[in-house]
Amino acid sequence: MSRRASGLKAWVVQRATAIYLALFGVYLLLKLVFDAPGDYAALVEWVRSPWVALGLLVLIPVALAHAWVGIRDLFMDYVKSIGLRVTLMTVTAFVFVASGLWAMQAIIVAQIA
Amino acid sequence: MTPTRPVFLDLWRIRLPVPGVVSILHRISGVLMVLSIPLLAALLAQALSGPEGFAATAAFFGNPLVKLGLLVMGWALLHHLLAGIRYLVIDVGWGVDRPTARTTAWTVLVAAVAVTLIGAGGLLL
Repeated sequence: MSRRASGLKAWVVQRATAIYLALFGVYLLLKLVFDAPGDYAALVEWVRSPWVALGLLVLIPVALAHAWVGIRDLFMDYVKSIGLRVTLMTVTAFVFVASGLWAMQAIIVAQIA
Repeated sequence: MTPTRPVFLDLWRIRLPVPGVVSILHRISGVLMVLSIPLLAALLAQALSGPEGFAATAAFFGNPLVKLGLLVMGWALLHHLLAGIRYLVIDVGWGVDRPTARTTAWTVLVAAVAVTLIGAGGLLL
């Protein structure tokens, strides 16, 4: 089902994405805790700054790839029934793709609105 | 290929070592964040939809129950981040020996809770 994310490749993907998530994640955490945009205009201005827009658009697929490898490991470890495992993986994949596209659409629309 | 191995799964008598506790919490915190993915996407889209959407999102985060959930998610993120850094360092080959592994595991466990509480305290003040 997911040959591309199997074995060593998944291990490498998990660590490469982890490094980006750690770096951009800490920036996001500090920004939202200490300097959160106070109103809509401030939020849009922040999301429109080129490095933030690019950083967020990269973050979404990177975070989802990381989450996918992780949750796939858990399904393989704990869900012994193959039918249930494939069902859970399919539902998760659709939720991930839908969530990612929804968030990216919102960020892209904010650039031009 | 199917040898009879001794199986010991008496959960009340298994004592998980600290690195094991950090490991299972790494998994649990990851699951918590996975579950929040659709909600996060919805909240981001709502906040960016316009001034009314932003106000609705701000009101959502003002709810005391949501703030409690945010505390849990803050811990999940910090524990996952710190434990993840610990695993990357172990991958490189540092801190593999048992005493160091136990020390770093305790550090991760305590630091995640401490930073969460400090952050929560800072936001309340």
